[in-house]
Amino acid sequence: MLRIDNLQAGIEEKQILKGINLDIKPGEVHAIMGPNGSGKSTLASVLAGRQDYEVTGGSVTFEGKDLLELSPEERAGEGVFLSFQYPVEIPGLSTTNFIKTAVNEVRKYRGQEQLDAVSFLKLMKEKMALMEMDQAMLSRSLNEGFSGGEKKRNEIFQMAMLQPKLAILDETDSGLDIDAIRIVANGVNKLRNENNAVLVITHYQRLLDYLVPDFVHVLYKGRIVKSGTKELALELEKKGYDFIKNEIGVEEDV
Amino acid sequence: MLKVNVMEEKYSDIEQAILSEYKYGFVTDIEADEAPKGLDENTIRFISAKKNEPEWMLQYRLKAYHQWLKMEEPSWANLKYDPIDYQDIIYYSAPKQKKKLNSLDEIDPELRRTFEKLGISLDEQKRLSGVAVDAVIDSVSIATTFKAQLAEQGIIFCSMSEAIQEHPELIKKYLGSVVPVTDNYFAALNAAVFSDGSFVYIPKGVRCPMELSTYFRINAENTGQFERTLIVADEGSYVSYLEGCTAPMRDENQLHAAVVELIAQDHAEIKYSTVQNWYPGDKDGKGGIYNFVTKRGICQGSHSKISWTQVETGSAITWKYPSVILKGDHSVGEFYSVAVTNNHQQADTGTKMQHIGKHTRSRIVSKGISAGFSNNSYRGLVHVSKNATNARNYSQCDSLLIGDKCGAHTFPYIEAKNNTSVVEHEATTSKVGEDQIFYCNQRGIDTETAVALIINGFAKEVMNQLPMEFAIEAQKLLAISLEGSVG
Ligand SMILES: Nc1ncnc2c1ncn2[C@@H]1O[C@H](COP(=O)(O)OP(=O)(O)OP(=O)(O)O)[C@@H](O)[C@H]1O
Ligand SMILES: [Mg+2]
Repeated sequence: MLRIDNLQAGIEEKQILKGINLDIKPGEVHAIMGPNGSGKSTLASVLAGRQDYEVTGGSVTFEGKDLLELSPEERAGEGVFLSFQYPVEIPGLSTTNFIKTAVNEVRKYRGQEQLDAVSFLKLMKEKMALMEMDQAMLSRSLNEGFSGGEKKRNEIFQMAMLQPKLAILDETDSGLDIDAIRIVANGVNKLRNENNAVLVITHYQRLLDYLVPDFVHVLYKGRIVKSGTKELALELEKKGYDFIKNEIGVEEDV
Repeated sequence: MLKVNVMEEKYSDIEQAILSEYKYGFVTDIEADEAPKGLDENTIRFISAKKNEPEWMLQYRLKAYHQWLKMEEPSWANLKYDPIDYQDIIYYSAPKQKKKLNSLDEIDPELRRTFEKLGISLDEQKRLSGVAVDAVIDSVSIATTFKAQLAEQGIIFCSMSEAIQEHPELIKKYLGSVVPVTDNYFAALNAAVFSDGSFVYIPKGVRCPMELSTYFRINAENTGQFERTLIVADEGSYVSYLEGCTAPMRDENQLHAAVVELIAQDHAEIKYSTVQNWYPGDKDGKGGIYNFVTKRGICQGSHSKISWTQVETGSAITWKYPSVILKGDHSVGEFYSVAVTNNHQQADTGTKMQHIGKHTRSRIVSKGISAGFSNNSYRGLVHVSKNATNARNYSQCDSLLIGDKCGAHTFPYIEAKNNTSVVEHEATTSKVGEDQIFYCNQRGIDTETAVALIINGFAKEVMNQLPMEFAIEAQKLLAISLEGSVG
């Protein structure tokens, strides 16, 4: 589904991603962990098509298409969804209106009919139940005055509404209370099937208890330095990143 | 123009709108009856004679003309434009109508098609939304719909020309009573040469059962449009009035200098909404309408209320300060404004709230959106007289910038002569953020649509004041006027 080959990207003179390789197949859950500033959000942004970052090498193929050739909105249309680490606020724009516009734009891209008000509301009700969302929040301005946790809930609600093929969740768990983490993870699980995939960026094992990854990757200084199964995350939680640093340190010495 | 629509369809409308250009820029090929270019006493006599006016009206015009000659064009606004040659303008142009109309069915089919292109139906039975329309093209009022139905309740809604003939006592009493001939340069000019406009009178205790609307259009070349509107709401009455305007695309600048006067008696309320969409000129600033408008209302009676709402998207130059004189005790004045400027447009707009009565309240909400190389200024004055005890004002001026070559300026003036008054002012400036646009893009929304969503969110408080059908139209206009401003 998604194939990243030797991806290099940065901002102005600074190189942030220094050759990322990653292969995600339909139905899989991949977790990316790694210390602050290692490039996790940058990777997510580059995949979503943020213009600030310049891709200096490598390739990304999504469902057979050259992803890097597409505009951000085309990528969304193709089924790439990013749950932002820091969702933005748009004062005065109701969350419902925003989501309705998004849903219909994506449908337009896919050559599907626009949802009328009735079918849209029906879809929304259904997903609200799934995500245990509060109606009041959806009539408020997009993310304006939302608490950190509410913003994250709203991201996942949008994901449920847009039904992407590839969902990239950038620290969606941070800011969520213990119950909310469970609700969000269960929601994501319910949306999973053999045709879609999840790339989850997180610092904590807690989310992975519910959203169990098939693979765990450690990103360090712009490279994936270690990959493994879900046990790797447990090991990191216990030992911290030092053991990885030591490992690479050793490797680099050899 | 005025469509019945449901809220949920708003944004798909915007999407469509974004794809269209200034779609009102067509010229209708109709024979016109025109005055020769230029302005002198003869021009005024010509206009007055054309309209078969009584002597007192001619004298009013001539007095205004001589007053105008003594005045100077104002230069204090934050606007830059080449001097206007007042002798190069045609002051009267009327679509040739063969004879006096007995019913709406007799309107020239070409004219009818013009209004249909604008989305305004002059057929009463076709109008779903229950909006009575007075359509003014170039200088002359073409049709007033729903007249008979309104007359049953004693409501007068007709063209100004007709009012001068049919209701001279009301016109003599109120015309120029809020905006006197001497008020300012453009108001004096208007008083001298105005050719038509609308007149509304709502009798005591009557709540006008439908929105009243005037649609202005400049069609003929080199003409100025100088319409005059007068609305009188008698004791305990209510009226909501809408004004819309368009013009064809032309290389030269055209002058529009209107005067609007509102009078609200005891416990009366007037709501006046404008969606101004005069041709703004092209991307390089060529052509466009010069819009110099004087709008003022007086809350004459106690507990009366006047509310101005404007959405200003068009014109090359906008000079406009809808104001309220709060004379009656406990009267209320409101001003809600969205002004958009793009490319090389310039707008200097705002309001004046003059607190004279006791316990008077005013509220100002101004939202300026600037893009391209444009300049957008808010200019407001809150004046509290010595005797206006317990006057209250709240002003909020927000500016939104798109790009970094445009300007937003705020000039709030406060003159409080009574120490029991409370005057509050808040101002903010923000930019449409790249991260906001990227967020929308990531959800599948292209940049043009994203900008439309962001600015409509920004302007929401004002848009909410508009009647529903107008709000949808206004949202589309915002989107269109900011086309190509990002990315
Ligand atoms: N727009 C930017 N301008 C300058 N530097 C940037 C920019 N974006 C990212 N960087 C830098 O690139 C590095 C990687 O940042 P990134 O946000 O991808 O880290 P992260 O792994 O997501 O960290 P965290 O766990 O704290 O979220 C950091 O050193 C960061 O400061
Ligand atoms: Mg990050």
